Amino acid sequence: MQFRRSLLGLAAGAMALVGTAPLSVAGEFDGVTVNILTRPGYVIAGRLVERGVEFQKATGAKIVVTEVPYAEIFPKIQSDWSTGTNSIDVGVFAAGWGVELDAAGLLEDLDPYIAKDDKIDLDDVAPYFREFGQKVGGKTKLLMVDGDFQMVYYRQDVLEAAGQQPPKTWEDYIDVASKIHGTDMNGDGEGDFGSCIFKKRNAQSYFAIQTFAAPIVQTKGTAQGFHFDSATMKPIINNAGWKKAFELYKETGKYGPPDELNLDIGDTRALFKAGRCGLLVEWGDPGPLQLDDDAAAIKGKLYAISGLGSRMVLNRSTGKLVPAIKSNAPHSVDGINYAPFAAFGGWAGAINKKADQKKKAAAYAFLSYMNQSAQSSVDVTIGATGYNPYRLSQLSSPDLFIEAGMPKELAENYIGAINGALSNLNMASDMKIPGAQSYTSVVLDTELARYLAGEITVDEALENIEEGWEEITEDFGRDEQIAAQALALGS
Amino acid sequence: MQKPVPQNTKDIQPGNSPAGISSGDKWREWCDRHAGSFFIAPAVTLILIFAIFPTIYSMVFALSRVRFTGDGLKFRYVGFRNFAKQFFGSSEMHFLGRTEPVSILGMIIFAVIVVTVLWWLYRSWKTATWVRMLGRSISAAMAIFLGWILCASLLSGNSIGTLYTTLFYVLFGCAVQFAIGTGLAFLCSQPIRGRNFFRVLFFIPLMVTPLGVGFAMRMIADVTKGPFEPILGLLGLQDWVWSASPWSARFVMVICDSWQWIPFIFICMLAALENVPRDHVEAAQVDGASSFHIFRDVTWPQVVPVAVTVLLIRAIEAFKIMDLPNIMTGGGPGSSTESMTLHSVYVWRANDLGSSAAIAYLLLILTVVVCASFFNYVVLSQIRKA
Repeated sequence: MQFRRSLLGLAAGAMALVGTAPLSVAGEFDGVTVNILTRPGYVIAGRLVERGVEFQKATGAKIVVTEVPYAEIFPKIQSDWSTGTNSIDVGVFAAGWGVELDAAGLLEDLDPYIAKDDKIDLDDVAPYFREFGQKVGGKTKLLMVDGDFQMVYYRQDVLEAAGQQPPKTWEDYIDVASKIHGTDMNGDGEGDFGSCIFKKRNAQSYFAIQTFAAPIVQTKGTAQGFHFDSATMKPIINNAGWKKAFELYKETGKYGPPDELNLDIGDTRALFKAGRCGLLVEWGDPGPLQLDDDAAAIKGKLYAISGLGSRMVLNRSTGKLVPAIKSNAPHSVDGINYAPFAAFGGWAGAINKKADQKKKAAAYAFLSYMNQSAQSSVDVTIGATGYNPYRLSQLSSPDLFIEAGMPKELAENYIGAINGALSNLNMASDMKIPGAQSYTSVVLDTELARYLAGEITVDEALENIEEGWEEITEDFGRDEQIAAQALALGS
Repeated sequence: MQKPVPQNTKDIQPGNSPAGISSGDKWREWCDRHAGSFFIAPAVTLILIFAIFPTIYSMVFALSRVRFTGDGLKFRYVGFRNFAKQFFGSSEMHFLGRTEPVSILGMIIFAVIVVTVLWWLYRSWKTATWVRMLGRSISAAMAIFLGWILCASLLSGNSIGTLYTTLFYVLFGCAVQFAIGTGLAFLCSQPIRGRNFFRVLFFIPLMVTPLGVGFAMRMIADVTKGPFEPILGLLGLQDWVWSASPWSARFVMVICDSWQWIPFIFICMLAALENVPRDHVEAAQVDGASSFHIFRDVTWPQVVPVAVTVLLIRAIEAFKIMDLPNIMTGGGPGSSTESMTLHSVYVWRANDLGSSAAIAYLLLILTVVVCASFFNYVVLSQIRKA
């Protein structure tokens, strides 16, 4: 895997040098250091470092990447930029977090830079990521380095051996998981797991629960949303829809690793790469990750589904579940409502408005370099980078992934799953309002974890979340949040 | 002619000069009398700046909703809302645990606690000064409050919150650490072979950073890849995961915390045991007392003042536990291993600085009342006896 990554890096470097992807003028940023803050580990950060070395050779700008625990990225950036410490020039974080930073006037407007940039080709960025991920209030404030959807993956060989079809709904998921749980999936003689989901608190669990809830709660298109009543900002959480999602989510634990409550995404990735998971909920990474040398047990066997649906959907006026039919779920197919969840929205880079102008110029040039097709179309084919496709040219054909070593059938399935999610008119947006982090990664995450651990009942968890969300809404101002929600959902 | 010296130097005040004393002498005398204050003034000023001021300033945070803006921090006064949220709002279950329904057993035990505390307060009424009575009333109020939460949560079969998780770490953890640390110290105070080696060995964990201990323990306690995996397999416990159950996770936290802090108890108690006069012990031996009786009647009474003081210091430290649960479980499963300090950190990390400061203040109040009560009613009485 390292060898393949090196080769691809070398190829991209060579392309840059011969002019396929020309950088800024050589030496233009001599003496300029751009400090970037992002998550720890090779995922996301590693590629920034490697591309930073190339960028320094070409332009003279030194790229310094600082890694902090996931949960500390946003508060560190917010406090650094707000208090004028300005030790960070660029933050690479969830695209959805930009709105709160921009509301405080902390993000540099990138449109003037883009107007002078003839290499970035933003028309090639998929509309959802271009309009939802990169823009805040109609202006481009971030540049994507990654596009994210949460999907379901299944081991085709394991399901075939068990005579099971890929699941279409979450009930199917649990049914299939129960049938394959305990079978040996990697030939080591030990029973493996029907389902693997990262359920550790303070990690990624709160995204997965939204993936479960979206098709039950959101029925009338992306603009409807599934967290709040857009007109009043009253939470739509303490109802039969979310309750069902919580219960289904907990039930998957019966067929998961015994220590699933303490597993984060790194742990579940190690498990599925070792061939120990029959089904899993993940972002786009497992597609190319299965090509890694340490994933020999699953190479070419892990297929993707853009999102699971629900036969029962929430009737918001009665608060009860009703069968999904065209009148209440116009986007449903064969009585199943789908709402693929754009969890996280993808990793994107934003520039500190108060940074020195020379640094801002260098920072933009680097983010543009990362975003440009010549670089990103290589990076998204390497699973370890954590970068998933977000450009139309990367999603229009499977060739890019076939060239990277993916079997044709698998590449078609992978691209098809992402395109299926992107083109779904009922795609569920991640929260993109001020306080999004508090609503989800604090309140939702904590109460979900307490429910999974058996500390509280599902009803208590939902009541606590409702109360916590209301407190946050009141803190930020209800009218302001209503306006932000309308802007975020385009409603 | 010799100048008359004032009988009482307190009589000398600038501007108030007895006959025959020059103003220079008066100034020198005044400086002499206030030299102590001058010498400690820099230290006091530094303490005020670096300790007292932040403590007071954090109260401003605790009473505010703090927002990050392009112009820095923006404070909005919200009164005691950040505190109230921990008792009555969305964080109530997180902080206090689930407090309903209350079981019959819980009600009975709570009634016993209330009667006992009020009886103790009534007896104090006859003898204590009003200042002591005030202190005892605060202790009594805290005891009744903690008693109620205990009876309504744990003793009623409900889950506990970060408040009692913290108290579990403090009370159970300190008890375990004290028992083992004192036992090891007693063994190492005996004339056994290689005792210097054991003294160094037992002391090593205290020198490791809490962060290092957390990561080491996380690897050791891993039931799928850790060193105990084969043993668990032999015992038929291969599917048992300590991190999936609230109480097993809390016990593992105490075990790991004990590994680091037993050496502290050990080293202090060893020093105390070695300071017990040998002639007292030898006199008891001559009188034919057994080893148990010598320990109970001769050694223990002499080390009790040190023991309770060490316990007090350890308890104050234990209230601040954060690194281990943060690294090993992230406070989970759920919030079952989350201490109040970790709760405050997580809330702070979400940039809710007001609530974070409020939780920190609640921890301060809890620590001060519990430790001051322990000091007044246990430590001082043992020291007086000694």
